[in-house]
Amino acid sequence: MFARSAFVLSDLSSWSGPATHSALRPAGAQAARIDDLWQLTLWICMAVFAAILIVLLVALTRASRGAARAAPEAPLPMASERAAKRWTTGAAVGSAGLLVVLLGADMWTDRALSRLPAADALRIEMTAQQWWWEARYLDAQGKSEFAVSSELHVPVGRPVIVTLKSVDVIHTFWVPSLHGKKDMLPGRSTQLLLRADKPGVYRGECAEFCGLQHALMAFSVSADPPDTYAQWRTAQQARADAPSDVEAARGAQLFLSSNCAQCHTVRGTTAAGSLGPDLTHVASRALLAAGTVKNDPATLGAWIVDPQSLKSGSTMPSSRLSPDDVRALVYYLGSLK
Amino acid sequence: MSPRSAAAHSEPLRDGAHAGPLVLRALHATWSDPPGWRGSLRAIDHKTIARRFIVATFVFFLLGGLLALAMRLQLARPGLRLVSPELYNQLFTMHGTTMMFLFAVPVMQAVALYLVPLMIGARSVAFPRMNAFAFWVFVMGGAFLYAGFFLGSGPNTGWFSYVPLASSDYAPGKGVDIWAQMITFTELSALLVAIVLITTIFKMRAPGMTLGRMPLFVWATLVTQFMVLFAMPSVMLGSTALILDRLVGTHFYNPARGGDVLLWQHLFWFFGHPEVYLIFIPPLGFISSIISTFARRPVFGYRAMVLALVATAFLAFGLWVHHMFATNLPEVGKAFFTAASLAIAVPSAVQIFCWIATLWNGRVVFRTPLLFVLAFFVILVAGGMTGLMLASVSLDLQVHDTYFVVAHLHYVLLGGAVFPLFGAIYYWFPKFTGRMLGETLGRWHFWLFFVGFNVTFFPMHLLGLHGMPRRVWTYSQGLGWDGMNATATVGAFVIAASVAVFLVNVALSVRGKARATADPWGAGTLEWSTASPPPPYNFDALPVIRGREPLWMPSGRPSHVSGLAADAREVLVTSALEARPESRPLFPKPSLWPLLGALATTVLFIGSVYTPWAVVWGAVPVTVALVGWFWPGRRETEQALALERSP
Repeated sequence: MFARSAFVLSDLSSWSGPATHSALRPAGAQAARIDDLWQLTLWICMAVFAAILIVLLVALTRASRGAARAAPEAPLPMASERAAKRWTTGAAVGSAGLLVVLLGADMWTDRALSRLPAADALRIEMTAQQWWWEARYLDAQGKSEFAVSSELHVPVGRPVIVTLKSVDVIHTFWVPSLHGKKDMLPGRSTQLLLRADKPGVYRGECAEFCGLQHALMAFSVSADPPDTYAQWRTAQQARADAPSDVEAARGAQLFLSSNCAQCHTVRGTTAAGSLGPDLTHVASRALLAAGTVKNDPATLGAWIVDPQSLKSGSTMPSSRLSPDDVRALVYYLGSLK
Repeated sequence: MSPRSAAAHSEPLRDGAHAGPLVLRALHATWSDPPGWRGSLRAIDHKTIARRFIVATFVFFLLGGLLALAMRLQLARPGLRLVSPELYNQLFTMHGTTMMFLFAVPVMQAVALYLVPLMIGARSVAFPRMNAFAFWVFVMGGAFLYAGFFLGSGPNTGWFSYVPLASSDYAPGKGVDIWAQMITFTELSALLVAIVLITTIFKMRAPGMTLGRMPLFVWATLVTQFMVLFAMPSVMLGSTALILDRLVGTHFYNPARGGDVLLWQHLFWFFGHPEVYLIFIPPLGFISSIISTFARRPVFGYRAMVLALVATAFLAFGLWVHHMFATNLPEVGKAFFTAASLAIAVPSAVQIFCWIATLWNGRVVFRTPLLFVLAFFVILVAGGMTGLMLASVSLDLQVHDTYFVVAHLHYVLLGGAVFPLFGAIYYWFPKFTGRMLGETLGRWHFWLFFVGFNVTFFPMHLLGLHGMPRRVWTYSQGLGWDGMNATATVGAFVIAASVAVFLVNVALSVRGKARATADPWGAGTLEWSTASPPPPYNFDALPVIRGREPLWMPSGRPSHVSGLAADAREVLVTSALEARPESRPLFPKPSLWPLLGALATTVLFIGSVYTPWAVVWGAVPVTVALVGWFWPGRRETEQALALERSP
């Protein structure tokens, strides 16, 4: 009990929030600019708020003393009426001035956000659907090289242009550590320009209510040093390795013969379904089901057997494979590094 | 029947400043609603209708609050499974819909329906039968929504019902249809009430009450009702197009067939942002009334206050895009909406400064109504500050659709509307019921509400900045959100306790014996010149007005209007600007037709959720009801002619 309340308090005392998904702990150029604007706005607003409350308190103490002293309906002196007029006019003009400052700072920040240098940018096409994300990495000609699901990797310090699309309802792409959000609208495509400046794994989440499992629609962005990123990219570009032992071969056979391959792709095999995530390198992912559960053999097995118990409403059907077959299938998927 | 028709032919009974008990009895008999439960279905007295309206909206407020408690329980700890994702989505949809459409907007209209005639010295609202019709339509729309919810067809796409999520492809079932048709019900009701109030304010003010002498609450009501006229058609159009898309396969919002998903957002927010001000402007009128009474002086800067209200109303229509900054609209356009969103802070600031100046030069008496108004200064101003942050495009991109916005909107709507509303209830309760609410329980209510509110909603600012999106039915452990969510849940129950204290207070005072005097607070406006609660005819004789606070100034001559019929529902119509007497038409009597008309309308609206043909066959009963309603009675016509002939 005590430990729990201490934990609760530690949550409360952390003003700037968790390192992986807080707008107040920027890890990229765009989020940092927005954070600067936040600091300025916050201080101006807090000063005005405090000023209003102080004046109100003074007025109340003054006026409650007045209530005790003065006769109930004595007329007010004209001089104080004139002074009140001067002060309120001054305060209104002052507030308008501060608002102009805020407007200026806002427009300046907007301009800076849109002018992040984008030469040599990495291009990713991100498609949202109920309730997961598909990211296609594009080559210099804009052609898709490979697809990953719900886990992006980007090189630190290099700008990234993310093209945002949706195939069903409106979703919103949001990685608080890196940038503000952008809607993903069916029938239109939009772009977001960002750059990660600190290495780390940042959490992203769908911000627009998109139906039953809107809550379980997260993704991650790994900002890696350039050479680590290059290694990851090479690994992802590669086709899946052929099964290395009997058990994996049996798993691969099950994958292709049962209905897995109708929805999922494993490059290097005949599985080329496009309804579900590309599983060519599924074992390299840390999480499954759009950031919902850990990617370990037990959870993956449970997911295959009954996805609805982990994430109800998921379009993946339950499987009728025997426990033995599920084990082989999980073993095979686990080999797809 | 006989005394009235006899009176029409012999010496007519006339009201006046020195009218005897005979005239007052006649007035009472003329303006009373018919007795018995069957009579209550025919009631058209604005006070009866307004009291029912207020009670109905409070029932919806309590239901919406219970839904909120269920949500806070589900979010108290990470990974809880008290409610399913489907039910949670219905809970927040119903909560938002209830609070916005069935509580906040109508309760402000309902309070105005009670107070406006009393504040302007009128015996009734204009179009009293239409007013009753609006109430019945509202109640049936709300009941329809809740019937759907309890029968398992609750809407689950949010109170904003964004397409394509709300289209039949992604939201099968009747939930969204019921939601869209509930909008039609409530907006129809709101539009009718707006017409009633605008006409009442423009044409039924007591002689001498020029526009410049109207109480600020009446100004706030007038401004709000004009906003209703311009904002509501937008959402009615939007929801009708939505229901057409769903039921008969039009493609207003279908991008695959040349429709547009953003069209819905524009239509919805063109209504949705002004709606916030429909909720927020009437309480500005409550605050002016309460501050003026408890500071014992008129509100400082009357003209600036009125202009600020009008300016707010205009600017409110230029902000809607700040709900859509994350869509792909052009940047230049967004800057315009940022400027407009920041500019609307100026009129609000002007009013706040004027109230502070009023208090500064006043002699303050701290009573419960004033406490609720003082909380407005803390909570609404904080909510206004976060509003400035949301107005900025770049900041909004971070906090949009997160718990930061949940915090902001509750600071604005509870601080700006519910706190002043509770203040107003404490303030006008003696007028509504003839009893005072308890002061001690009132203070308990206030402090529990104030503390509970901040405990609930302040942590949500941080939750949003720390990355927690809105409308999530659960969250995982270890994201750093556990403590603040637990705190918010505790706060929600403190709010619930405060509302319980309020209900106890109401129950005790209604059963208590202590009667309120006509003017228990020593206030200056006209509603306090008549008994608490007012007689069915409101005023023994209509007053002649010579200033903004008639009760705080010596009365001149003549002090009252004399000569209106006491044995017929005769009212005085005055000119819109100067309130000069113009004519004395006869008002309609109580009737069952408003209820029957509302029932027929309800059959049509509900039927159209299931088949488009309901619009065709449902029109027949509606037509019958309207023909019955407007059928001219021979007796009324004779009476009107008789009154016309005798000067």
